[in-house]
Amino acid sequence: MRRQPLPAWADIILIPLINIALALLVAGVVITLIGENPFKAFAVMFQGAFGYAEGVGYTLYYATNFIFTGLAVAIAFHAMLFNIGGEGQAYIGGLGVALVLLAFDHVLPFWALLPLAIGAAMLFGAAWAAIPAYLQAYRGSHIVITTIMFNFIASNLMVYLLVNVFIVPGSMSPESRVFDPNAWLPTVHDFFARFGIDVAPSPLNLSFIIALIAGVLVWLFIWHTRWGYAIRTVGFSEPAAEYAGISTKKIIMITMLLSGALAGMAGINEIMGVQHKLLLDFVAGYGFTGIAVALMGRNHPLGIVLSSILFGALYQGGADLTFEMPNISREMVTAIQGFIILFSGALTYMSRPWLERLFGLFVRDTPTEEAPHGR
Amino acid sequence: MDVSMYTEIISTLSATMRVSTPLILAAMAGIFSERSGIVDISLEGKLLAGAFISAAVAAVTGSAWLGLGAAIVVTMLLSLLHGFASITHNGDQVVSGVAINIIVSGMTVVLGIAWFHQSGQTPSLPNTARFMPLHLPGSEAIGSIPILGEIYTKILGGHNLLVYIAFLSVALTWWVLFKTRFGLRLRAVGENPKAVDTAGISVAWLRYRAVLIAGILTGIGGTYISIAQNASFIREMSAGQGYIALAAMIFGKWKPVPAMFASLMFGFLDALSIRLQGVEIAGIGQIPVQAIQALPYILTVAILASFAGRAIAPKADGVPYVKER
Repeated sequence: MRRQPLPAWADIILIPLINIALALLVAGVVITLIGENPFKAFAVMFQGAFGYAEGVGYTLYYATNFIFTGLAVAIAFHAMLFNIGGEGQAYIGGLGVALVLLAFDHVLPFWALLPLAIGAAMLFGAAWAAIPAYLQAYRGSHIVITTIMFNFIASNLMVYLLVNVFIVPGSMSPESRVFDPNAWLPTVHDFFARFGIDVAPSPLNLSFIIALIAGVLVWLFIWHTRWGYAIRTVGFSEPAAEYAGISTKKIIMITMLLSGALAGMAGINEIMGVQHKLLLDFVAGYGFTGIAVALMGRNHPLGIVLSSILFGALYQGGADLTFEMPNISREMVTAIQGFIILFSGALTYMSRPWLERLFGLFVRDTPTEEAPHGR
Repeated sequence: MDVSMYTEIISTLSATMRVSTPLILAAMAGIFSERSGIVDISLEGKLLAGAFISAAVAAVTGSAWLGLGAAIVVTMLLSLLHGFASITHNGDQVVSGVAINIIVSGMTVVLGIAWFHQSGQTPSLPNTARFMPLHLPGSEAIGSIPILGEIYTKILGGHNLLVYIAFLSVALTWWVLFKTRFGLRLRAVGENPKAVDTAGISVAWLRYRAVLIAGILTGIGGTYISIAQNASFIREMSAGQGYIALAAMIFGKWKPVPAMFASLMFGFLDALSIRLQGVEIAGIGQIPVQAIQALPYILTVAILASFAGRAIAPKADGVPYVKER
């Protein structure tokens, strides 16, 4: 059968949608095997994510984390580096935020705290990516293994710090003290309440806007700066980059530091925006979700924002699902993430030959017979 | 040397054998896969899947052997999935591996809760449904000899069957890779798949067989973790051992015997660090528990960073083979 090369829209929109559909199909089969109705489950999830104002707020709050971690994974992918250490980098980024806020929340005004906290989040996140980056660039150590080891190390480090350093004396739970409300990021419902508009309370806060700005900045950086060009060149072909006079070692370092800094920003949303204290395991898999988000968003900031909202919906809907159907646990969302990574990352073009044949059916007259269109 | 020090050494070495077992099995799995040119990050996920399935089946049937069999079937299926993505569809092998790890991490808990309603754990197994320590022949006779007896009964002996299978797998891996025609071809396909293809041998079929063997080995490794070393499945119980095995494989330069020694070294340091828990060290004081728990991961990074990190991988490792038309 004749094949028709796919138009751009099919490549950018249709194939990702097919991949999501396949992932949800597999998830549906799993839900059926557990003995629940998959259609009802997905309906509950959709309702939970978009059906009421509070749910939408939660969806966007989760999406904020995924935009940061997704951008982090994507920027590394552009240099063909696979950073699966977003989990640890976000965790340590949150540590940076907490250190700044614990030190200055009673001293400095909010407008001075915010840039300091952002700086700390990025610095700490970047620092946690620095050693794996250096080892990849100068020692050739497998970055996938080293970054995942750093996730484990971060987790142990944070347990130690929370249990021995940050814990409130006399308290049983390993948490820091709560920051002064002066250091809290304004939430969306508080912001609107100032103008007398009633918005359902949710953890959605200013960092969603910061995440969107980060997306624009990453877009400018990757496609409109010299370094961005160098990063894409290294990702395309290391020898070519070397011949062009680009230091691949330097680019690996820059890329990974930026990647770590972006992942660390998730700490702004979680620590400064929602939890208002340092606590255990606040990253809750957001770093790994960033991988799925970046793959589905085709490493483009716009795609990442859209897929972040989808994953935000999965997280929020998944929480409601566990409530409605106790037989299905939250980890179903983790599994769905895995399926999406599989279909949109490793089996990206499985559907392509089929689609090409399908398009071949509809396009009867071959384009070659027509005169080329002049522009 | 006083007596307590002596028993400490014996028990540390005995623990080394037990802790190293899943690392050795997973490292051999990695060698088969990567020698054929398929990078396998999903060793971790396969260990975890094997651990879950074996514990679940053993809990339901009461048979450790059925658990082992079911675990091997499931890990082979995961291998087929990895092969389908990376051999048939030339997908990114690292991404496919990470996807499998995340799928398993989610699914083991989802199924665990749906089946057993114990927040992701499987029921605690009776000894009859586990692999229990064996006594080597002549333990009574040799055990009474001072040092040799301890070595024979406590370090070499006194382990369960899967520990011995792990060490046997090293010899078997070496024999298959270096002494059989299949092994020669498998190594060739990892270095130069085009040459193998030109000789009329199917690259895909060779690689599929390699990842299937990796599936069998990780299935045994996972079974060991949950129903031999422990008595139930606990969520995320593989705890990065698949990645540490990959590091051991790299440190061992993709060779079975050196990779086994690398695994034993990781195991020894792990066993040693458990012994250090709560021990006061002169001048430093007590080492925090978390530092000890982080040690295997720090060591993995250190070893990858050392000279061995530069070890030469099979030439076609991680590169999909696209047949020219």
